[in-house]
Amino acid sequence: MATRTSRRRLLRGLAAGLPALAAGGALAQVGVLKAHEKPKSNPLPGDPGEWRGQFFQQALAERANGSAVETPVKPSELPGTAAVGQDAPSAAPRAAAALSEKADLVRMQEELRRALQKPVDQRKWTMVIDLRKCIGCSACTVACKAENHLPPGVVYRPVIEEETGTYPNVTRRFLPRPCMQCDDPPCVSVCPVGATSKRPDGIVVVDYNACIGCRYCITACPYGARYFDFGENYTDGTPRKEPYEEAPSPEYGREWKRDRGKSPVGNVRKCQFCLHRLNAGMLPACVTTCVGAATYFGDKNDPDSFVNELITSGRAIRLKEEMGTDPKVYYLV
Amino acid sequence: MRVAGARRQTMVPMVLALLWVVALAAGAVGVVQRLMTGHELSGYTSTIPWGLWVAAYVYLIGLSAGAFLLSTLIYVFGVRRLEPVGKLALFTALVCLLAALLAIWMDLGHMGRFYEVYTRGNPRSMMAWMVWLYTAYSVLLVAELWFALRGDLLARSAQPGFRGRLAASLLGRFGEAFAPSRGTAGDPDYDATADLRVVRVLGAVGVPLAIAFHGGVGALFGVVGARGFWNAPLYPLMFLVGALVSGGGLLTFIVAFFWPERDGERHRDVVSLLGRITLGLLALYALMVWAEYSITLYAAIPASSRPLYQVLGGPYPWVFWVFQVLLGTLVPAVILLARPRSVGWVGTAAFLVAASFLATRLNIVIPGLVEPQLPGLDRAYIDSRLTYQYFPSVMEWLVLIFVAAVATGLFYAGFRGLPLVVGRKEVSS
Ligand code: SF4
Ligand code: SF4
Repeated sequence: MATRTSRRRLLRGLAAGLPALAAGGALAQVGVLKAHEKPKSNPLPGDPGEWRGQFFQQALAERANGSAVETPVKPSELPGTAAVGQDAPSAAPRAAAALSEKADLVRMQEELRRALQKPVDQRKWTMVIDLRKCIGCSACTVACKAENHLPPGVVYRPVIEEETGTYPNVTRRFLPRPCMQCDDPPCVSVCPVGATSKRPDGIVVVDYNACIGCRYCITACPYGARYFDFGENYTDGTPRKEPYEEAPSPEYGREWKRDRGKSPVGNVRKCQFCLHRLNAGMLPACVTTCVGAATYFGDKNDPDSFVNELITSGRAIRLKEEMGTDPKVYYLV
Repeated sequence: MRVAGARRQTMVPMVLALLWVVALAAGAVGVVQRLMTGHELSGYTSTIPWGLWVAAYVYLIGLSAGAFLLSTLIYVFGVRRLEPVGKLALFTALVCLLAALLAIWMDLGHMGRFYEVYTRGNPRSMMAWMVWLYTAYSVLLVAELWFALRGDLLARSAQPGFRGRLAASLLGRFGEAFAPSRGTAGDPDYDATADLRVVRVLGAVGVPLAIAFHGGVGALFGVVGARGFWNAPLYPLMFLVGALVSGGGLLTFIVAFFWPERDGERHRDVVSLLGRITLGLLALYALMVWAEYSITLYAAIPASSRPLYQVLGGPYPWVFWVFQVLLGTLVPAVILLARPRSVGWVGTAAFLVAASFLATRLNIVIPGLVEPQLPGLDRAYIDSRLTYQYFPSVMEWLVLIFVAAVATGLFYAGFRGLPLVVGRKEVSS
């Protein structure tokens, strides 16, 4: 119960604390924001950095005056943060969970660094998503939107929700769907100009400066993981673009400023496992943001890696294996 | 049909000309919108990424391949009775090809990068092969048309006026590239049989080329394993037969209504033969559609059968039942069976076949995309660009109207300016 409350609080914090860019995505996610019904004014104005700061200030103040404390959120309970708090006895199970989550992230981080020491063609980036741990919060969706500066209609990692059964025996299942980074990717072979290709480390990338925008690859992807950048903005129909829309996307380690007629507008876009972060020694944004700590990442060519442990746990499946695409995203069921 | 009465004779072309101007102007608005705003005003989405323009492209390129393959009946397979329509068929093929390329060019996200298919084409992509093949085909088509026309151009080049000058310039500058030594304007040693031989060779090369490239368009869809609806080995063949049906229909319509001497027995013969060819092809295509639909529905594998249910009873069932079945198949078949020797009726039926084939193409392109690739993906993220429903936007229709107007204009210009029809009376305009 306590864990759940703290998670909910954390969620609330996340939802409020993500940069303003996320707001567009989050609104669209709940169906509020359609292409033609944009809100008249941005509900979250200002500089994202400053905004995030305000959130933390406010949280600290609430904690200090006790106004927000039925079950206080200790920094120690946040996944991947500092050590156990003073009230260790009562919080022991929570702390243990938090510790293991922290350990998971730290371990993956270390493995990432280790993999980066190897030549690029000896790594095989792989993702594992634990469907029993995913709580369907869509924080990864939003984090990805923020990280890659994705415009409306471009969603690299939606979370598919599935509801089964009838009351009172009902259950919901959540399935995040990034690009599977197929080892035999049908999107690569169809591309008429070779703009889509598979890197030596297995990540399937789009060369924005080469893609002619024919959208053949969208039809060929069995997982619906490709999106066309129609050139739309969250602030269409309002007097000006917001700073988060002007800021360039860091994809592929370059600065892509969206502008009419300029790449990546008019291109097909897709999840690339946050390649720009990987190459900087960071885990993908969806992994570090995952509230349920359900997303794992690592090098499948490393026999001792966490992902290898999970893949061989007997719980791992892949989507549409019958297509022969050999996905590098595994799901634990 | 003979146009009766002097008034109607001037009224009809006037109205048609007016319609054409309006269509061109309205279409131009769409093109300007497309060029100014990119793809922002489109109706297609990330989930249904291909729409009206792709269907129109497949349709027009099919018309081109069909008209070309019919021309080879004359030049390669020696069907003498059809000889009068040979050049017209080649020219129709050329105009349809240009229109198809215009439509698909508008569809590209980066129009300025089309050349990359030549500079960095991917030989594993059916799309790249299709582009390479139709490039070869277009070169061949222009060459064949020129050789087929040269005799008549020579005869014409001596005449005064615009047509004479056009003929001379086509022979002169353009002609030098093909046959520098012979047949420049006014050459007395012109040898028509030599040209016909060249036409025959080019036509013979063109047969496998046209089959490869339009079969390739079918393969472009057929190879997409992710779309159960498209992933059918029958597709290349269906596309070829479809090209012949629609191209045959278009040619029959043109010959029926645009022939200069529309009351002769010879004209009636040609039209009725073309009508019968179209009817045969129509029956063959209907058989293929039946094979595809019945087997898919019986096997009931959701990936391919669900899209089919969308065709038969989805949001736009009239595209199939009204356009493809009724106006595109049943009505023309009945007309062609009941009035096989009436030029007017055969021409009307052929027009129905040719025009409604766009619906058939739409019923291939769109349904293949309407099924979410993973169950629940349609509800995973709500956005107007992520819906699995599609209806062309106004801009898309306008651009298509522009393409149609340009094609009609080109055709008419060629029809008036070039010696496409044997024995054509020189009508003053
Ligand atoms: S999931 Fe789709 S986009 Fe990603 S590699 Fe596979 S085919 Fe390509
Ligand atoms: S849209 Fe771009 S990446 Fe996709 S197939 Fe066409 S050229 Fe290649």
